[in-house]
Amino acid sequence: MAIEDDVLVIGGGIAGLTSAIAAAEAGARTRLVTYKQSTLGNASGLVDVLGYAPGDDAPRADPYDAIAQLPAEHPYSKVGADAVREGLALFDDAVGDGYLGSQSEANALVPTHAGSVKPTARYPRSIAPGLASDDRDMLLVGIDSVTGFDAPMAADHLSAVDVPFDVRGETVRFPKSFPQDADVTRYARALDRDESTDAGTVREVLADRVETVLEDERRVGFTALLGDARHEAVRTELQDWLGVDVFEVPTGPPSLPGLRLEDALYDAAEDAGVRITSGNPIVDYDADGGRVEQVLMDRMGSEVAYEAEQYVLATGGPVGGGIESDRDVVEEPIFGLPVEHPGDRYEWFADDVWGDHAYTTFGVDVDDDLRPVADEEVQFENLRAAGNVIGGYDFATEKSGCGVSLATGYVAGSEAGELT
Amino acid sequence: MSKPEESETFDPVDLFPEATEMDLRPGVDKCDKNSNCETVCPVAEVNEDFPGPKFQGPEQWRLTRKGDLEFDESVDKCLNCMRCDTACTNGVPLGQMHNVARANYVDNQMNHASREFLRNKMLANYGTLGKLGSMMPRISNAVFGLGATRWLNEKLLGFPSERSFPDFATQTFRGWWSDRGGDATSAERAREAREARGEDGEDKKVAFFHGCYANYHQTEVAKSMVRLYESLGYEIAVPEQSCCGTPMFANGMLEDARGVAEGNVDTFGSLVEDGYDLIATCTSCSMALRKEYPELFDIDGIEDVASHMFDAVEYLRVNEDLEAELEAADVDFPAMTYHAPCHGEVMGVEGIITELFADVDGVELDDTGDVCCGLAGTYGWKEEKYDDSMEIGAEMFEAFEEAPGEVALTECPMCSAQIEHGTGYEVKHPMQLLETALVES
Repeated sequence: MAIEDDVLVIGGGIAGLTSAIAAAEAGARTRLVTYKQSTLGNASGLVDVLGYAPGDDAPRADPYDAIAQLPAEHPYSKVGADAVREGLALFDDAVGDGYLGSQSEANALVPTHAGSVKPTARYPRSIAPGLASDDRDMLLVGIDSVTGFDAPMAADHLSAVDVPFDVRGETVRFPKSFPQDADVTRYARALDRDESTDAGTVREVLADRVETVLEDERRVGFTALLGDARHEAVRTELQDWLGVDVFEVPTGPPSLPGLRLEDALYDAAEDAGVRITSGNPIVDYDADGGRVEQVLMDRMGSEVAYEAEQYVLATGGPVGGGIESDRDVVEEPIFGLPVEHPGDRYEWFADDVWGDHAYTTFGVDVDDDLRPVADEEVQFENLRAAGNVIGGYDFATEKSGCGVSLATGYVAGSEAGELT
Repeated sequence: MSKPEESETFDPVDLFPEATEMDLRPGVDKCDKNSNCETVCPVAEVNEDFPGPKFQGPEQWRLTRKGDLEFDESVDKCLNCMRCDTACTNGVPLGQMHNVARANYVDNQMNHASREFLRNKMLANYGTLGKLGSMMPRISNAVFGLGATRWLNEKLLGFPSERSFPDFATQTFRGWWSDRGGDATSAERAREAREARGEDGEDKKVAFFHGCYANYHQTEVAKSMVRLYESLGYEIAVPEQSCCGTPMFANGMLEDARGVAEGNVDTFGSLVEDGYDLIATCTSCSMALRKEYPELFDIDGIEDVASHMFDAVEYLRVNEDLEAELEAADVDFPAMTYHAPCHGEVMGVEGIITELFADVDGVELDDTGDVCCGLAGTYGWKEEKYDDSMEIGAEMFEAFEEAPGEVALTECPMCSAQIEHGTGYEVKHPMQLLETALVES
């Protein structure tokens, strides 16, 4: 017999978690099913809404200005600007004071590990003193054995985009040595525990080493490895030792700010009463008269049914596994939803690496209630989509990935929840 | 690459021929080195010299392709928890790769005359050791309990003297089963229960994989399972069986594992053909049959055995309306703290019990969160790994201290040994809680 809930959310990334929290808060008994750990470990931990509208060369100061002008197939056009605000409100509530940015609707500009500046709507507290709109001079500190962040190069890149402050990069040795290619989590753990070394504790010695290269800058940015569970304590102590503000610069995977965000959102989902089932994929469904009756989980060779009144599909895009392609076709694999794409696969991508690739907007088509549509027909009355499984936008170019997930997750989850 | 001219069109070719035997290449090629696996590895967390799962899996595989490099001995430090498998968002079969790399190292590079090899061989073949010990349980318990034995075990064989050997039950589960009348009694009791439940004519049959621990040590867990399943109308078969092979996988003794797998697949495969589903109370046993067998061996009928193998709690959750059954339950249980075994997480069956009991009156059930116990079957039973084992477990011990529960709850007998060792808590199995709630109340 099937395992029954009111709302079943498929997918454990930001869109799935937002949908599940929204549905649970609407009073529905909600289950979230996720195959693997989410891709949040690959994410910077920054929460963007819209950094660049199509055709923009410079970052948008206010993302909401541009939302009204987006093309009709863009998910923001389907749900509207208020849904974005509601999604962000849900997010602010879920992560509490770990994130900043809600005081203004304008984009904040955050320096990244590559020395670019990313427009973003919310950012972790640990990143706050590094904002590019702040005119205090900045020192970036790299760790010589951590390859993902070249501080002098990042500083040069920031200078090249005319940030309103002087910025320098220095590289120091970490107080403890690890085997080659050690992951950021080891550095974070050493700082979390403030492990001892011959010269003193890790936090103390690191602060000493930075002090010798610090000139008159009033803030110091480290690659994002300043602790895991106790990261606020680590950062505060380094600030005390150095007498200046300390911040983190977001990195690529594995990203501690991304992993901390994953933890915060899963905690919030559990607090909202969401039941979480992980480890096996949903692979198929049964429908009757335009309604999804149940979905089937592949339990290593046999199938287990999960049944709900309403379903949310939040399985991600081509990277997250929600959209699949082979040499002939692109489609959504669970419900077999069609994905509009050029018939000739040489047209799925452009020659120029930074060019206009068709695949970046691959995803399912939805109506204004986010129900997947094929040939202008709603496919299932009780199935909604959220996040990057929806097509019609290029999140990487627009810097809109989190915002679309929050807005569509909020709409899909709360509507599904209210209908039960 | 732009669209080729009409005259130059070509069809893509497969670079690598269709595999005829186990081929790790497609799995390796899925690795994009995002290192998310490394952030969940419990060994890497405490042992700075351990290159994490990304190295042990895809990187070792690539490095050893040409045959001019040996496997790195650090693979021996992997505890086979498979958390990396769960963490990988690209579907890289890290657990499978680690099993293969470890077996290569043990077969070709480890000194087979060393004390470690002999000790590991004993641990890997615990099924045989357990069988001998359980023949004279009282004497075995007395001898293994002696300080002198523990001292000798450490000095001669490298078993940590800090750990006390698990007590043998005075009667094995199989002994109890046969005294009780075996499969025939079970069929009769199940039939009566089905009649009382108005389920006449329904076919409810399971075959029980008890493995070593439920047979020699935690026999109460197996007995609770029997009473619970029978009360719900299931007739149980308990065929002759071997160790599941988990300790063999973990010690790189893949040929030993193949031997037991062939026997188990043969026995349980024919029961599947006769309409039985398969259950185990130990999540490492069920994971071995469900995941490791088909990943590592090509044995006739292996896929059928794997797809019919269930964890005993999961099976009831999927096949019975346990929520409705529990609504009527009246349970008076001490506050408990649940610990999810890593192998349960890999199968996606962890935490079913906490979800089921969330709203049941008289039950207070917290959990320790997502932490590894550190014992990992035979890992913590090695003197040189004892400290790492306890350091990995520290987070779990702390979680038990902080939670209000006084009794621990877990599916895995090895987690339960580590919980007892590190916290002194009494440990129960979800089968025992369910039996109390559904059969005794």
